[in-house]
Order: sequence, then C-alpha cells, then structure tokens
Amino acid sequence: MTRQVTFRIIALAATLLAGSSAAQAQETIFYSTQLRPIEEASKVRDVLLKGIPGKVTYVVDEPSPFAVRLKAETQAGKRTISVVGALHGELQPHVPGDLQPIDDVVAKVANRGIPASLMDLGKLGTAQQQYIPWMQATYVMVANKQALPFLPAGADVNTLTYAQLQQWAKNIVDRTGQRRLGFPAGPTGLMPRFFQGYFYPSFTGGVVSTFKSADAEAGWNAMKELWAVSSPNSTNYNFMQEPLLAGEVWIAWDHIARVKEALTLQPDQFVAFPAPAGPKGRGYMPVIAGLAIPKDAPDRAGAVAVIEHMTKPETQLLTATEVGFFPVVKADLPPNLAPGIKLLAGAVAATQGAKDALVSLLPVGLGAKGGEFNKVYSDTFQRIVLRNEPVKTVLADQANVLATLMKDTGAPCWAPDKPSQGPCPVN
Amino acid sequence: MPARTSWIPYALIAPSVAFLGALFLVPLVQTIWLSFATADGLTLANYERMTGDLNFSLAVRNTFLLTLVVVPIQVALALAMATMVSKLEKGRDLALWILTIPLGISDLAAGLAWLALLQNTGYLNSALYALGLISGPVGWLSQETPWSLFAAIVLAEIWRATAIVLVILIAGLQLIPKEFAEAAEIFGAKPWTRFRKITLPLLKPSLQSALILRTVLAFEVFAVVYALGGRNFPVLAGEAYTWQNENQNYGVAAAYAVLIMGISLAATAVYLRVLKTRPEQLP
Repeated sequence: MTRQVTFRIIALAATLLAGSSAAQAQETIFYSTQLRPIEEASKVRDVLLKGIPGKVTYVVDEPSPFAVRLKAETQAGKRTISVVGALHGELQPHVPGDLQPIDDVVAKVANRGIPASLMDLGKLGTAQQQYIPWMQATYVMVANKQALPFLPAGADVNTLTYAQLQQWAKNIVDRTGQRRLGFPAGPTGLMPRFFQGYFYPSFTGGVVSTFKSADAEAGWNAMKELWAVSSPNSTNYNFMQEPLLAGEVWIAWDHIARVKEALTLQPDQFVAFPAPAGPKGRGYMPVIAGLAIPKDAPDRAGAVAVIEHMTKPETQLLTATEVGFFPVVKADLPPNLAPGIKLLAGAVAATQGAKDALVSLLPVGLGAKGGEFNKVYSDTFQRIVLRNEPVKTVLADQANVLATLMKDTGAPCWAPDKPSQGPCPVN
Repeated sequence: MPARTSWIPYALIAPSVAFLGALFLVPLVQTIWLSFATADGLTLANYERMTGDLNFSLAVRNTFLLTLVVVPIQVALALAMATMVSKLEKGRDLALWILTIPLGISDLAAGLAWLALLQNTGYLNSALYALGLISGPVGWLSQETPWSLFAAIVLAEIWRATAIVLVILIAGLQLIPKEFAEAAEIFGAKPWTRFRKITLPLLKPSLQSALILRTVLAFEVFAVVYALGGRNFPVLAGEAYTWQNENQNYGVAAAYAVLIMGISLAATAVYLRVLKTRPEQLP
C-alpha cells in the first residue's frame, strides 16, 4: 500500500521534472535588470514581447544578483539565460567572460536606424559588438509647481544655471524655512551619476582628467552651498518620486524612470526640465540599456529573435508609450503619449536641444571596476560636503585613487574628456 | 544490543551535519579564501582596502557603540520582564504572547515600521505637530542629526530583539526550584537579596546563551540600520553589503564578513569564559 503510494509520488515527480525540462528547452529566457517593477514587467510580457515567435520568459533581477548569476552560470558551465537586457555599465563587467560577440546581429538590425555612435558604445571598448542598444533614458529635473513662484528674477527653468538653482532653493528656505531641493544620495540612489554626468562636465568640462583642477575646486565649493539649501534627508532618498509625491521635496534631480511615477500620477502638479548649466556648459548623460547574448546561450536563435523584435521601430515606440524609456532608433514619438511621459519627453528634448548642451558619454573600458569608479565620486562627496573636509586635500587623495583605477583598467578618456593615448590621465 | 543502537544517533544527526557542512562550512571557507585572494595571489590587499576606507573606523565605532548600548539594556529589560511575567498567576500566556510579537516580524519589516513612525512625514511628527510642539516636519533620521538617528536605531533594536532574550530567560527561570527562594525567605532574605543571591547565579547558563546570541546578532546588525538610516550610520554588515552590491568588490566584502565573524567569535569566547558555570552551580 505505502509502496504503491511512494511509486506514484516518484512517477508524478518524474513527470513533472520531465515536463519542466521539456518546457525549458522551448523557452527563451530573457533576463533583465531593467523594467523591474511589476507593472513594467507585465507590460514587457503582455505588450512588448507580443508577436514574437516562440515562448519568451521575461525574468527580472536587481543589478547585483544579475551580475552574480551571469558569472555563476559561466563558472558552473550551465547556461540557462539566452538573452540579457541591462545598462551599459552593468554589461561592462561581463566582457569578455560571460558575453559572446554578436557582430552577426548588427547586420540583422542594420535597417533599424540605430545611430552609429550608439552602436559603437555597444562594443564596450572591444573590437567586436557586445550588445545591441535597446532603449535610452537620461536624467532630468522635476519641480513641484508650488516652487515656481520662488524662482529668482529672470530665471527660466529650461535654461537654469547652478547659481540660479542655488538661489531658487535659498529663496524657498528664506521664505518657508524648509530645505526643499532634493538629491538621490541614498544607498541605491544615482548620485554618483550626478557627479560624473552633470556636475563635473558642467563645472570643469571633463570627468576624469579635470578631477582635481581649480575648476573642480570651485565646483565643489558651489556644491557645498547647494547642499546647504538641500533637504538634509537627501542621503536617505533613492527614488526622488517618493519625496516629490509626499511634498517633502519641491525640486529634484533624478533618472527619468525614478521620477516617472510622480509625473504620471500628478501631471498637473509637476514640471520637468533640463538639469542646470555650469561655467563649462549644460552637462548631461544619456543612459543606454542594451541587449546581449551570454556565452553558450541555450537558445541563440530565440535570443536573436528577441533582439530583432525589441529594436523594431514599432516596438520601440510602444516601449516609450508603455514604460517611458525612449527609442534608440530614429522614430518620432506619437502624439498620444500619457501626460506624464509627455512632460519627460519634453524635458529630454530640451536637454538634448539646449544650445550649451555638453554630453557626457558612458565610461567604457572600466570592466569590473565600474562600482569603484562610482565610489571615487561618492567618497569625494561624502568627505567634502558631508564631513566638511578641506576640498584641496580630498581632491588630491581621491585623484590618486582615480588615477590608480584608470591605470589598472587602462581605460582611455571618454567625452567630454579629451581623447587620450593609453589610460585617461588625472591631471 | 547496545552495539546495534550505537550508530543510530549518528545516522539521525547526519542529515543536519551534512546540511550545515554544505551550506555553512563550504561558504565559510570560500569567504575566507575570497577575502585573501587577489590578482597577485593570496595577499592582505583586501584587508588593507577595508581598513583604509573612509567608512571603516566609523563602521567599527558605530557597531561597537550600538552593541554596547543595546545588549545591556535588552538584558536588563528582559530580566525585569521575565521576573514579572513569571510572577503572574493569571493571563501569563497572554502576556508572554504579546511580549514576543516582535519575534515574528522580520528585522527589515521592523525597520520599515519604525521608519513609518519616525520619518519626516511619519506618525511621530504628525503627533508632535497636532500637539503644537513643532511647526513643521522635523528630520530625525538624517545625516545631520546623528544622535537622534542613533537613538532611533537603538529604540528599534530594543523593540525588535528584547523578546528573544526574554524567551531564553523565562525558560531559565522555570528551571530554578522554588524551594531555594522559599528557604531564603524563611531566613529573612529580602526580594532584592533573593534575586541577587539565588535567581541571578542560577540563571547564569541562560544569561550566557542569551548574551552570546544577542551579541553575535548585534554585531551583524544590518536591516534595521539600513531601513532607518541608509548609509548615514555605517555599520560593519552594511559596509560588507555596500562593497558587495554597490562597489562590486567581492574581496573587500568578504574581508568585512571575516572581520564580523572574528569579532563574534571573540565575543563568544569571552562570554564562555567569563560566565563559566561549574556543574555544581546548576539548579
């Protein structure tokens, strides 16, 4: 009797196992660090991946477990993932260990109209294509309309300077007693990107080579003044949409995906506009997500089909309307965008079209040291602004760390730093 | 007959030993290996990176400060609560059940609950505002208010983890025969004397377990601190997490993990020595 039951259980388990492995053979696993929130992930599953031949399973993960899983699968010699979607900087540590070159896919998506400069970023500093650009985003400023009456005389949000931003926040402090300017300087906030893509280019015209220049010193002093009128809770903020929606912060800088909820929930309450300009221009940084194929992908054909499908102009437009990431291909955004997304699109267009725009490209060639590159900027910020250490000493110290990092990785300069022979020098 | 049964205990304990071996010892050895492994072979480079980091001394200081403040308060509170609960005649189970509710809550959830109370738009500020004590939101958890942040973390930790000490101490109290206290009472010992001369010494084994458990956990404190203060209040486990996840430097993260383990082992050794109980002192 018991034996029969046991046999039945074993038989059942065997069927289940066989069934699941058979199912695995047919499905293409699409593993992504992007579009993680449940609403966005369902959009990907139900809308964006519709019409693809074969079964695609969209799996999302945080960047850190993503990196661990890709590496672990390589070490174990057992790959389950066929195609990955992640940010430029998140894919970088996996070259050449975990990703396969996909030069053949470039030919297949040649007619999509992906700009050559974007496509080149996908080589990640190597001779071969490592990822195909998937979607792009950038960072913008968002302000509550309550803050607008405090704008300094003559200032226009679309052509704001850092000095005006400081004055604006100061006016709010003076007249309301509250520090309402906010930065995402929390543990998972994107503050290092502010320094790399916005603050440094705007104040020094470079990111690495000008790290400890006199311009940088002046910039950090300006940053201290800016911080004095910023919300003291900024070091707790990770996504600015939360304090914006709570009314705790009136003016904020963040990634468009991290302010989107505020804009889509209350499009009438907020305005979106470009980041401010400094003495050297209006620094800004694009965010590129790419699609790549891991080494020994179990279903390479399925992976290529996913890449082809996701880069189609119609899918790209759908991506913009459904999840608010912008196309990497030439495609005009439809007029029926949701009001919140429209605000974002307007701010992005104003940033890119600004006369003094100064684009800061994504770092290439840092390999696995991307996290430590960010750390140089967060540590500098912590020491100068939060701990009030002397600017010159800190910059000299951190410049040594940065120089070692550049030497170890051999990463050449990227825009807006001037091109270098060999590792990017820290002057 | 005894020869036949002698292997049974080993067979019964084998699965858990194998389980711990596979999922505890192997990763432990791997972590130690990872903390020494660098591009140039086995070196101390990761440890140098760790001690040279700007948050290292702060994290060590904060972790010890937190442990030194939280653990004694928790033990004192738990002792008081345990003595009171064991005196209850009616409703003892209900009281115990309520006192141990925080045990069922994950530490991150506990941290988030306290965050909801103490953040700018939280219940504390709302209450103070309604009472007319403050004119607008007051920040309690920012990097500019380190002492109120520290107090908040201490409060949350005490709320969350006193119950585990309480449970251990109540179990210990139940082992103490009532006759001792009764005999002392007959000889005229006052309650405080009875507590000091009878309860406390006989409770030593339980106190030892409770102290080891709480101190080790206090050195690993992470989720509550992370929820309330993010990185405003660096602690050792938090730094390990940051090096692993943000800086993606697994070697330095492993060095932190080994350091935490070393401190925990040292604390355990100290407790085992200082609170050593001879068999004849057991109740």
